[in-house]
Amino acid sequence: MTLDRRSFLKLIGAGAGAAGAVSLPLIGQAAELMPKSAKRVVVIGGGYGGTIAAKYIRMMDKGIEVVMIERNDHFVSCPFSNLYIGGVLTDLNPLTIKYDKLAANHGVKVVQAEVTAIDAAAKMVTTSKGTIAYDRLVVAPGIDFRLEEMKGYDTAAMEVMPHAWKAGPQTVLLRKQLVAMKDGGTVVMTVPLAPYRCPPGPYERASMIAHYLKANKPKSKIIVLDANPDITSKGGLFKKGWKDNYAGIIDYRPAKKVTEVDAKAMAVMVEGLEEVKGDVINVIPPQRAGQIAVAAGLVGDDKNWCPVNANTFESTKQAGIHVIGDACVAGAMPKSGYSANSEAKVCAMNIVALMNGKETTELSGINTCYSYITDKEAVSVAAVYAVKEGKIIAVPNSGGVSPADFSAAKIEAVYAESWLKNILTEMST
Amino acid sequence: MMMKWRGWALATGVLAVSALAQAAPPTAAMLSYACAGCHGTNGGSAGPTMPSLAGQSKEAIEVAMKKFKSGERSGSIMGRLAKGYSDAEVTAMAEFFSKQKLHATSQTLDKAKIAKGASLQEANCGRCHIEDGKEGKDDTPAMASQWLPYMQMQMADYLSGKRKMPEKMKEKVDPMSKEDIEALLHFYASVK
Ligand SMILES: Cc1cc2nc3c(=O)[nH]c(=O)nc-3n(C[C@H](O)[C@H](O)[C@H](O)COP(=O)(O)OP(=O)(O)OC[C@H]3O[C@@H](n4cnc5c(N)ncnc54)[C@H](O)[C@@H]3O)c2cc1C
Ligand code: HEC
Ligand code: HEC
Repeated sequence: MTLDRRSFLKLIGAGAGAAGAVSLPLIGQAAELMPKSAKRVVVIGGGYGGTIAAKYIRMMDKGIEVVMIERNDHFVSCPFSNLYIGGVLTDLNPLTIKYDKLAANHGVKVVQAEVTAIDAAAKMVTTSKGTIAYDRLVVAPGIDFRLEEMKGYDTAAMEVMPHAWKAGPQTVLLRKQLVAMKDGGTVVMTVPLAPYRCPPGPYERASMIAHYLKANKPKSKIIVLDANPDITSKGGLFKKGWKDNYAGIIDYRPAKKVTEVDAKAMAVMVEGLEEVKGDVINVIPPQRAGQIAVAAGLVGDDKNWCPVNANTFESTKQAGIHVIGDACVAGAMPKSGYSANSEAKVCAMNIVALMNGKETTELSGINTCYSYITDKEAVSVAAVYAVKEGKIIAVPNSGGVSPADFSAAKIEAVYAESWLKNILTEMST
Repeated sequence: MMMKWRGWALATGVLAVSALAQAAPPTAAMLSYACAGCHGTNGGSAGPTMPSLAGQSKEAIEVAMKKFKSGERSGSIMGRLAKGYSDAEVTAMAEFFSKQKLHATSQTLDKAKIAKGASLQEANCGRCHIEDGKEGKDDTPAMASQWLPYMQMQMADYLSGKRKMPEKMKEKVDPMSKEDIEALLHFYASVK
C-alpha cells in the first residue's frame, strides 16, 4: 500500500538529509537513497510534464512505485506569469503549487533533490542526496539556456537583465524593474529564433508590459527585437490587438537577432552590429533541453532537443528513458504547458503498458494556449494531435486560432482562468 | 506473435523495436485524458466557468460534440477541438466521462434561491432535466453539481440566442423571470 503522507515525508523528506533511508555508503560513490524493491519509475522534474506523468502512472497502476525528483519544494507556473509582470496579478500565489497532495492522494514519492547524472546502462540516477535506481525513467526537466549564443549573458547579467523565462525570482525581478522605471523609459525585449518554450509567450509578455505602461507610464515604450522573421504564433491576432490597444507603445522589430548583451551599458547588440539601449531589458535567450538531458546524451543531432518515439516518448538515443515536455521533439506539438500535460499522459499510459508487457497505444493529444492581450481579453490557439507514419501531426481540418475580430476575446479571458485552475489542480492533487 | 516479439524486445531492451512496434489505436482513456487539462482530471472541473464532464450522460456529450463540430452550438474553443475527432472517438470519450463519478463542486450558493429553485424545477424543467437534474431525458444534459458560473454563462447564451434553445425548453424558459431562472440554476448546482 501507499505510504501515508507523514511517514513518507519523514522518510524522503525535503528536510534533513533522509538519513534513515541511506544504506551502505560507498567510498567515492553516492549512497543509494531508496533501495528499489518493486517495479519503479523515476521522474525527473516536477513541472507541467513530470507531475502529470507521475500521477497518471499511479492512477493506472498502483503496482508501480513512482519517485518524482524535483530540485525545488514548490513550482511556479510560467503560464499566467506574464499577467503578474503586467500588474494584472498582484502576487504569484495563484501560480504556485506544492507536492504534498500529489504525494498523499496518489502515493507519488517526492524527493527534493538535484539530479546530477543519469546512468542509462545501470538504470540509476545520481542526485544531490544519493542514487536512485529505476526500471524506466521519465525526463521532464524543461529548458535551459544556450548562453554561448548570447555573449555577455551570464548569471550575473541575468540579475541585471532578467529572462523571466523560468517563473519565480526572475519573474519578480522583471516586475520590480518595470515598477521602478521612470515614465518615458524604454523597455527592450529580445526573442530567440524558434523553437523555444511557448511560441506565443514573448508576444503575450509584450502585451502585458504594454498594458502596464499604458496605464502607469504612458510616455514609455517597449521595443521587441525578434530574431524570427515574423511573430511566431497567433501573428494576426497579436498585430490587431497591438494596433487597437498599444499603438505607439509596442515597437515590434522582426528579424533582429540579438547575439550579445552589455549589462553595464544596459544595451543589447543585434547581430553584433546595431546597439539598442533600454532602461529595462528582458533577454529571452535561445534555449535547449534542460541540462540533465544534454548531459545524459539524450539530445539529437541538433544538440538541443531530445528525439523520441511519437507514441511512447521513449528516447531514440537511450533505451528505458522517456523524455516529455519542452525538452523533447514532439513533432507538431509546440513547447507548451498544455502539450507537456498531454504528452505526459500518453507517455504514462504507454509506460504502464510496456512495464506490464502489454501492447502500446497510439498518441492522442491536445494543445491549447491562451494569451492575454489586455487584462480582460485573451486569444487562443488550439489543436488536436494524432500519429501518422510515426510522426505527431495536427489532425487535418481541426484546431486553429480565435476569431480575427476578437468577438470571443472577453469570454476567452474568463475561460483561460479556469483552464489555469484546472491544469494546476491536475498537477497538484 | 506481435506480443511475444514485443515481450522479448522489452526483456532485452532492444531499442529499435519501439519504432517498429505497431501501437493500438487510441483507447477511450487515451482520448479522454487529453481533455482533462481544461475539464479536470477524469472530467471533474476545478474551474468555475469550465463545465465538469464527470458523470455527464453519454448522449448529452455525444450530441454536444456533434453540435460543436457542425457549428450548430457556438463555443469559444470546443468547435475547433471537436473537429479533430471521429464519431467513434467521440462516443468512446462520451462513454468514458459518463462512467466517472459525479464531481462534487464546492461553490457558494444562495440558500433562499436553492429553495425557490427546488419549488420551481419539477413543473418547469423536470420533464427533461429529470431526477433533480441528476439525469437527463435522451440527450438532455445532467446539471446536478455543475458549476453555477458555467450554467449562468450558458443560460445567457440561450437567452441572447447565441446558443439555440430546444423549442420545448424555450416555451418554459421564455415566460420565466430572471430571478426564477437564477434560482433554478442555484438549485441544480446544489444537487449532490
Ligand atoms: C512567460 C511564459 C508563459 C507561458 N504561458 C503558457 C501558457 O499560457 N500555456 C501553456 O500551455 N504554456 C505556457 N508556457 C510554456 C510552459 O511553461 C512550458 O511549456 C512548460 O512549463 C513545460 O513543461 P516541462 O515539464 O517540460 O518543464 P517545467 O514545467 O519547466 O518543469 C521542469 C521542472 O524540472 C525541474 N528540474 C530541471 N532539471 C532538474 C534536475 N536536474 N534535477 C531536479 N529537478 C530538475 C525544474 O526545477 C522544473 O520544476 C509559458 C512559458 C513562459 C516562459
Ligand atoms: C482549452 C480548453 C478545453 C479543452 C482542451 C476541452 N474543452 Fe470542452 N469545453 C471547454 C469550454 C470553454 C467549454 C464551453 C463551450 C466553449 O466555449 O467552447 C467546453 C464545453 C464542453 C462540453 C459541453 C458541456 C456541457 O455541459 O454542455 C463538452 C461535452 C466538452 N466540452 C467536451 C470536451 C471533450 C470531450 C474534450 C477533449 C476532447 C474537451 N472538451 C476539451 C474547454 C475545453
Ligand atoms: C423539453 C426538454 C427541456 C426542458 C423542459 C428544459 N430543458 Fe434545459 N435542456 C434541454 C436540452 C435538450 C438541453 C441541451 C440542448 C442543447 O444542445 O443546447 C438543455 C440544456 C440546458 C442547459 C445547459 C446545460 C449545459 O450543460 O450546457 C441549462 C442551463 C438548462 N437546460 C436549463 C433549463 C431550465 C432552467 C429549465 C426549466 C426552466 C429547462 N432547462 C427546461 C431540455 C430541456
